Amino acid sequence: MTVIDVQKDMTALTMTVTAEFDASVERVWQLWADPRRLERWWGPPMFPATVGQHDLAPGGAVTYFMTSPEGEQFHGWWRVLDVQPQRVLLVEDGFADDQGVPNPDLPVTTMRVELFDREGGGTNVTITSRFGTVEQLQQLVEMGMEEGLKAAMGQMDAILAE
Amino acid sequence: MVVDLLPPDDADRVFHALADRTRRDIVHRVLTGAASVSELGRHYPISLTAVQKHVAVLEQAGLVTKTRLGREQLVRAQIDTVRRAMQLLDQYEAVWRGRVDRMAALLDEPDSTTDSEEQPR
Repeated sequence: MTVIDVQKDMTALTMTVTAEFDASVERVWQLWADPRRLERWWGPPMFPATVGQHDLAPGGAVTYFMTSPEGEQFHGWWRVLDVQPQRVLLVEDGFADDQGVPNPDLPVTTMRVELFDREGGGTNVTITSRFGTVEQLQQLVEMGMEEGLKAAMGQMDAILAE
Repeated sequence: MVVDLLPPDDADRVFHALADRTRRDIVHRVLTGAASVSELGRHYPISLTAVQKHVAVLEQAGLVTKTRLGREQLVRAQIDTVRRAMQLLDQYEAVWRGRVDRMAALLDEPDSTTDSEEQPR
């Protein structure tokens, strides 16, 4: 089991996922710090992410887009609030228009990542997502479901074309 | 949308109602079958009036219904609302479970590509 705990706090509108990896903090940090690695896990398999700007420094920005099976692009951004290499990453995570300009009408999530050395080797990671409002959480879920559905359709197409 | 979600105002009420531990517990208890307010009250070190108040909040959020049976009030879960509230957070959880699985798969690969940009797959 990689995810070892999920805490959902409905009052604070936060969700904290704790995962454990059999890898050093250096390697786990690279999942975020190396844009080529980041693109390989951020989006679902049928919505691969392409990272453009990637400046993990306070005040820095990360920009990316995900491509749907039909070739449609969905742009997103992070604003970096805090970085302590191999320990902490705190960003705001939002969506953007086709030009990559942040869209203020779409939900912004605050995401805090913390890495811990595990005794006896390996790394524990906690990822806490904080939503502004229930409405924003709902919007995110709706968007995610749409993605998931489209991805599933894409996979069906691929299987049928075999 | 594909899945029928809660209207935002309702969602707010639902989440507020579920934010309290006793209220969550009440919902859990009545999910498996109706219970009277006095039956529920036996499980908590609070007054029956306080239990009534919790039930009223849950009722307003559409999470339970109350029906009168003689002198008793029977509390029943509104399965549909409960399910939709859980779905909301569960769906978001699924996003992160997917991401963590992909992270683990990446970490399982031999770490020879640290500085090499070629063959990222």
